[in-house]
Amino acid sequence: MKDIKVLGPGCKRCQQTEDMVKAEAARLGIDVKVEKVTDYAEIAGYGIASTPGIVIDGKVVHAGGLPKSEDLTTWLAA
Amino acid sequence: MTYETVPAPLQQRKPEKTATWIAGVVVFLACWFLIYGQLVPFSNWLTSQLPISRDSHTYEAASFFFYDTPKVLMLLTLVVFAMGVVRSFFSPERTRALLAGRAEGIGNIAAAVLGVFTPFCSCSAVPLFVGFVSAGVPLGITFSFLIAAPMVNEVALGLLFALVGWQVALTYLAFGLGVAIVSGWVIGRLHLEDWLEDWVRNVRSTAADLTSASLTPVDRIKAGIEAVKDIVGKVWLWIIAGIAAGAFIHGYVPSELLTSIMGRESWWSVPAAVLLGVPMYSNAAGIIPVVEALLGKGAALGTVLAFMMSVIALSVPEMIILRKVLSLKLIAVFVTVVALGILAVGFLFNFIF
Repeated sequence: MKDIKVLGPGCKRCQQTEDMVKAEAARLGIDVKVEKVTDYAEIAGYGIASTPGIVIDGKVVHAGGLPKSEDLTTWLAA
Repeated sequence: MTYETVPAPLQQRKPEKTATWIAGVVVFLACWFLIYGQLVPFSNWLTSQLPISRDSHTYEAASFFFYDTPKVLMLLTLVVFAMGVVRSFFSPERTRALLAGRAEGIGNIAAAVLGVFTPFCSCSAVPLFVGFVSAGVPLGITFSFLIAAPMVNEVALGLLFALVGWQVALTYLAFGLGVAIVSGWVIGRLHLEDWLEDWVRNVRSTAADLTSASLTPVDRIKAGIEAVKDIVGKVWLWIIAGIAAGAFIHGYVPSELLTSIMGRESWWSVPAAVLLGVPMYSNAAGIIPVVEALLGKGAALGTVLAFMMSVIALSVPEMIILRKVLSLKLIAVFVTVVALGILAVGFLFNFIF
C-alpha cells in the first residue's frame, strides 16, 4: 500500500489534485492511503515552496500546480 | 501474464506532433492580429447601433466600453499565453535555490526580477514565504520577491503597454522593481527576523529534490494555454468592472475636476492616492482601464501610478494571509516601507514629467 500525502492549505487546486490522485490510483488498481496535509508548518517541512504538493511514501514528487496525469501514472506505478 | 496491470511506461505515451502544435499557435496568432485590426470599425459600428445621441456623455462612455472590452481581453489573452510559456521555465523551488544564501543587495535585485517571472499566486504566498525563509533565503530578499511578484506582473505590464504606451509600461517596470528592491533591502537591514511568528522560525527543512521531467515544447505551449484558461477565466469580471468604471470616468467626469484633484499642482494627491489604494483590492487587470481613463482626463502620471501600485501591492486580503506568518509589527513595517516607496515614486514622477 502506498502512503500518499497531498500538501496544500485547502485551495481549489489542492482538492482537484487529491481527486486526481484517488481517481488514478483506482484506475490502476493500486491500494493507496491518501492524506491531506493542510498545516503550513508541516507543508514547509517537506521543503516545497509552492502548493499543491504530492508526497508518495515520504518522497516529494511534485510541487506547484496540478500534476500531469501521465506523471501521476508514473509516480503511482513506480 | 502478470504484467498486464503494469501501466504504460513513459516511452509509450502518445507521441505528440510538435509541428502540429506550433502550426496551431501560428494560425492562432494570425487570426488574433486579423481580428485585432478590425476592432475600431467593429466598436464604432456597435456603438452606432445603440439608440444614443452621438454627442451625449452616454455615447462617449459606451464607445469607450465597447472598444476597450474586446481590446483588453484580446491583449490579455496574448500576454498571458506568452508569459505562461516563459514561466514554464521557472518554478518557485528553482527560484528559491537561486536565492538561498545570497548577499543582500544583489540578492534583492535578483529576487525582484525573478518575482516577475516565477509563477506565483497569492493563495500560495504563505507556503512560499515559509519555504523561502526556512531554506535560508534572507528575510529582506524574500520580501523583495513577495513585493515584486504581484505588483510587477505580466498582466500589469501587458495592459499598460497596450493601453497607455510602452514608455509608461517600462517606467512602471523600473519603478516597481525599484520599490521591491529598496523596500526588501530596508526590511533586511532592520533585522526583523524575531518578528516572524514563532512556528515559522522553527521550521527546518531541506529543499525537496524534485527531479521534474524536462518539459517538451508542446508541454510549454500547453502551459501557456493553461495560464490563459486560468488567469483570463479568473480576471475577466474584474476587467469588465474596471472598464465600466473607466467608461464612466471617460464619459461623465469633467476634466477640470480631475485635473484639480489629481493634477500635478496638488501635491497632496499622491499620499491621498496611496491611502485610497490600500483598502481597495483589485488586480492589475481591473485597475488599468481606470488608469487609462484617469490619464486621459489629465490626472498626473505619478499620482495615477502611485494609486495603481498601492491598489495592487498593498491589499488587506493579502495582509490577512500574511498574518499567519508575520507578526502585526512586521506587517506594519512592511506596509509602511512599501507605502513610502510608492509615495517616492509618485512624487518623483510628478516632478520629472
